[in-house]
Amino acid sequence: MNKTFRVTLDFEKPVVELEKKIAEMEEYARETGVDLSDDIGRLRRKADNYRKETYSKLTPWQRVQLARHSDRPFTLDHIERIATDFVELGGDRAFGNDPAMIAGIGKIDNHRCVLIGHQKGRDVKENLHRNFGMSNPEGYRKALRLMKMAAKFKMPVITFIDTPGAYPGLGAEERGQAEAIARNLMEMAVLPVPIVVTIIGEGASGGALGIGVGDSILMMENCWYSVISPEGCAAILWKDNTKAPIAAEAMKLTAPDLLKLNVIDKIIPEPPGGAHWDYDVASANLKKAILTELKRLEKIPVETLIEKRIQKYEAMGAWKE
Amino acid sequence: MDWFKRRKGIATSEKKAIPDGLWVKCNSCGEIIYRPELQKRLFVCPKCEYHFRINSKDYVEYFFDPDSFTETGANIKPADPLRFRDTKKYTDRLKAAQKTTGLNDAAITGDATIEGKPVVCAIMDFTFIGGSMGSVVGEKIARAADRARERRVPLIVISASGGARMMESALSLMQMAKTSAKLAQLAQEGIPYFSILTDPTTGGTTASFAMLGDVNIAEPGALIGFAGQRVIKQTIGQDLPEGFQKAEFLKDHGFVDLIVHRWEMRETLGKIIDLLWAGGGKAKNNGKVASGEKAAKASRSSDAVAPGKN
Ligand SMILES: [Zn+2]
Repeated sequence: MNKTFRVTLDFEKPVVELEKKIAEMEEYARETGVDLSDDIGRLRRKADNYRKETYSKLTPWQRVQLARHSDRPFTLDHIERIATDFVELGGDRAFGNDPAMIAGIGKIDNHRCVLIGHQKGRDVKENLHRNFGMSNPEGYRKALRLMKMAAKFKMPVITFIDTPGAYPGLGAEERGQAEAIARNLMEMAVLPVPIVVTIIGEGASGGALGIGVGDSILMMENCWYSVISPEGCAAILWKDNTKAPIAAEAMKLTAPDLLKLNVIDKIIPEPPGGAHWDYDVASANLKKAILTELKRLEKIPVETLIEKRIQKYEAMGAWKE
Repeated sequence: MDWFKRRKGIATSEKKAIPDGLWVKCNSCGEIIYRPELQKRLFVCPKCEYHFRINSKDYVEYFFDPDSFTETGANIKPADPLRFRDTKKYTDRLKAAQKTTGLNDAAITGDATIEGKPVVCAIMDFTFIGGSMGSVVGEKIARAADRARERRVPLIVISASGGARMMESALSLMQMAKTSAKLAQLAQEGIPYFSILTDPTTGGTTASFAMLGDVNIAEPGALIGFAGQRVIKQTIGQDLPEGFQKAEFLKDHGFVDLIVHRWEMRETLGKIIDLLWAGGGKAKNNGKVASGEKAAKASRSSDAVAPGKN
């Protein structure tokens, strides 16, 4: 467990404090030989209870904060733990290579895969390089190039969504951010290999969906996915971006809400306290869910797969007639 | 540009996109224009050729053959799947928009002809909650694509939209995937799709069907983009260049094929349909038609047929 975090959210403080105290007591017991096991046990139970209580009734806004936690495992953290022989490939063969979008080939157990995901940075320096996980058009086009490679070599595609949005920049507009995303949506709908989409952090709007069309949509427990950020929604509809927590509530952007709306297919559990408390457990849960889907999807004839994929999207939405 | 000489009788329709009153000020050059005169010019400024925002009914009238439009899917109405409420209830916003526009939602669909050639069309309406795309717009465009596939005629979508509808949250987002998936199916059958981008076409609408035309055609001066200008300005911390995200900018950067004056759209579309779809694609329909019918039957498109029409 890595328990020193760059950021501690308000509702995480009590448990972080308790864990710190436990670590100190364990250290003291080791050094002095004094038996503190009763006290340590008591604190541990207290920490576990707090976790159980707090994390069983997280508000949507709290989940948004966990999804954005700067200590949360990002795409490469998961790939490192899930895949073997990963080879990252670069470039869209047209303009450049986007570090905010990772794409490569590797194996998950014995399944050869193309792996694609948004990549955030851990600190300021990394984030400048990764553009905070906000892809430019060349990121989406690199993703599409690798998806076509997947089709050519009959490999399934696994995507990892974690973005505050497609980059809203001057160059991005000049190079056709909208076209790049649109093209991916159209191509992914009929890509002749299985596509497993995972949401591992933030799923903001078209920037997320640009690698988000697939046969199985898996979402980790403490993530958000919607058409706009809660701040953006609050700014437009409430004319006040401090109303973001209220907007988050109204937007039904959490995994349980989206499961009910049939936008996602499965929720992947996170370790107590959230994915950042234990990368290994988080990745292991993710891997297990991906493998289950891969095994199921690889058995389906490709025509049926595409037909079912399109039918799924066809049914999305709610209207009266 | 003798468009209105060529054509008899221009029906009147409500102009909610343009303020009421007998005199209208041009948003571009400031010219004060006599409304009947402006209407005769299809709401294009006589002084500077600025294309005023017009509503879906106007587009039906201007871009398709007279009286050729038969509406389909008129009974599809919005729901409130999230029971969404911001400072107002979504259902109240819907009711208000329905009352002022006379529309059920932000798009109408139907069968029509262009220069005598049959097409299926979907036309968005900016006057209905900013032309935002929610489940109804997505469903109607999806059915239009199915119907074009079934009838084996070109699909035309006229966009006028601020993007996805926030009040349907992730379900709005999914309409981008849904409409794009339907266009992929249409493309697989080799049936043309023409996207017409009008002022404005932004956000999730641009990042899905509006950018996916075999031919993308914009009206002059239309705002077309992905991100909002305010957001971009905040992000990059500098002013945006003159003409940024205008139709001409998109053409310069390779994302629209043509910019066509409102008076010439119908003729241009007619010519392109002739070139790409000579003989209604019948030249090489051996087996193709059958697979098209089969594909369309497999989906649920047939319920989009208006009573008594086909
Ligand atoms: Zn003017």
